[in-house]
Amino acid sequence: MDATTGSTGITDTAAPPKGPMVYRQSVWTRLTHWLWAISLLFLLLSGLQIFNARPQLYIGQESGFTYDNTIFRIGAVNSPEGPRGFTEIFGKRFDTTGVFGWSGPPGQERPRAFPSWLTVPSYYDLGTGRVIHFFFAWVLSVTLITWLAASLLNGHLSRDLRPRLHDLRNLPRDIIDHARLKFHHTRTYNTLQKFAYAGVLFVLLPLMILTGLTMSPSMNSVLPFLPDLFGGRQTARTIHFGVMLLLVGFFVVHMLMIVAAGPINELRSIITGWYRIDPHDPDTAKAERET
Amino acid sequence: MPKLSINRRKFLTAAGLGASGIMLSGCDVFDSQLRVGAPLRNFLEGANDLTWRVQRLLAGRDALAQEFTEADIRQPMRPNGITAPDDGFYKGLMANDFNDWRLEVTGLVEKPLSLTRDQLVTMPSRTQITRHDCVEGWSCIAKWTGTPLSLILDEAVVKPEARYVMFHCLDTIDRGLAGDIKYYGSIDLIDARHPQTILAYGLNGKPLPVENGAPLRVRVERQLGYKMPKYVHKIELVSSFSTFGGGRGGYWEDYGYDWYGGI
Repeated sequence: MDATTGSTGITDTAAPPKGPMVYRQSVWTRLTHWLWAISLLFLLLSGLQIFNARPQLYIGQESGFTYDNTIFRIGAVNSPEGPRGFTEIFGKRFDTTGVFGWSGPPGQERPRAFPSWLTVPSYYDLGTGRVIHFFFAWVLSVTLITWLAASLLNGHLSRDLRPRLHDLRNLPRDIIDHARLKFHHTRTYNTLQKFAYAGVLFVLLPLMILTGLTMSPSMNSVLPFLPDLFGGRQTARTIHFGVMLLLVGFFVVHMLMIVAAGPINELRSIITGWYRIDPHDPDTAKAERET
Repeated sequence: MPKLSINRRKFLTAAGLGASGIMLSGCDVFDSQLRVGAPLRNFLEGANDLTWRVQRLLAGRDALAQEFTEADIRQPMRPNGITAPDDGFYKGLMANDFNDWRLEVTGLVEKPLSLTRDQLVTMPSRTQITRHDCVEGWSCIAKWTGTPLSLILDEAVVKPEARYVMFHCLDTIDRGLAGDIKYYGSIDLIDARHPQTILAYGLNGKPLPVENGAPLRVRVERQLGYKMPKYVHKIELVSSFSTFGGGRGGYWEDYGYDWYGGI
């Protein structure tokens, strides 16, 4: 694949001068990217639906009913001004009326941890939320394994994702460049990109799958070390929720970076595979030499 | 020109209304396709079947659920669902300390049984400290004592065509147009014969309280709480559960929960 990338002779006559187009993303990368995007969206919305059935997170094997091991809770209480929604983190309570705990169309508000526009189905239905969640859990897991196999075979892992020595040397400069929204469009990923993508694919998604399996009583009988590894079933559930927040955080930064780096070029590369790189870039020159 | 600008304004207003409508309705775009029986729902439910098959393949017949120690019992067992059946028949049994209660074993068996609580208690028992996982997401550790279901099945001699054990309960969970709906549920014979599958009459060293299902409830430790009916009075061996209730194998299953409940 390397041999076919690099300068293709596609040039634009319009000023300012544009760099050449390179074939940056293989069909495996693009297909799995969109499968992840779709499944993560539905896993999030159905996951919040499931969370609404018990909007409380605990530490340990079990849920404390006569003792307190709750670290996070969304709920509703009555107040002199009427019902209020609250979110409680490590015992600290925040009023989140209208979004978390108490929400709905004006006049039809009801107690609900996550509002209906954040859950699928929009109404409370744990059974259906679970059907959707486990369907897309399969899509996500099979996609991850497919991507891993394809990326090992086609060299995507070692060529594009593996951090190299110069990536580490480049890290401080890369952080400054990102902070100044100064982007280098090259054939290769920059250091922070490598860390972010590898972090999602090798840490967050596997952690999500493993903590999900830890919540399964059936899988506990097959892999009894999992609940011990994560500090109990309820801790695993809490981690599952925490990793969800990290993935949402990744998504937000991912979108911001795409908008800042040039959405058309970025979107084209993840749809068609073709990416326009900067002219006179050392990487460009290298890519051209290699062609 | 004025006409055009009005049209443009109308268009922008309509577009704005449309966009905010989508925002407001949010996640209800799929609602109608997700009800039990809808084609999309049926397609997605195919994954439940895959999940069940893979879990069955991995867990096999005898992999045991995690068991805990006395020190892990930190609180009373959390009661859930129906905790005080309002049924006259049940209340009558309760008034007489369940001395008139019988466990009927019927259906596809060679020797139908009718067991008193004393008869059950004198059978060999099993005690296990396990974690109860509710489908809602909470867990609670408790000590359960009861008769292994496999012993009862052996005594009744299950016919070869039987595939499922159907549990019939005394508590009314719902009042439908066709009358009261009693809780019911089913497991297959592999889970029924699992070493940790017991009909529990004891909880944390004491007789099973009413709120937790007295006089008898099911424990299937590799599955979720809704697979463990309380207030059981009849066990029926069947070849199919399609003729019971909504035909999906249990009260909650009829409302869209997956039949296996292993995750």
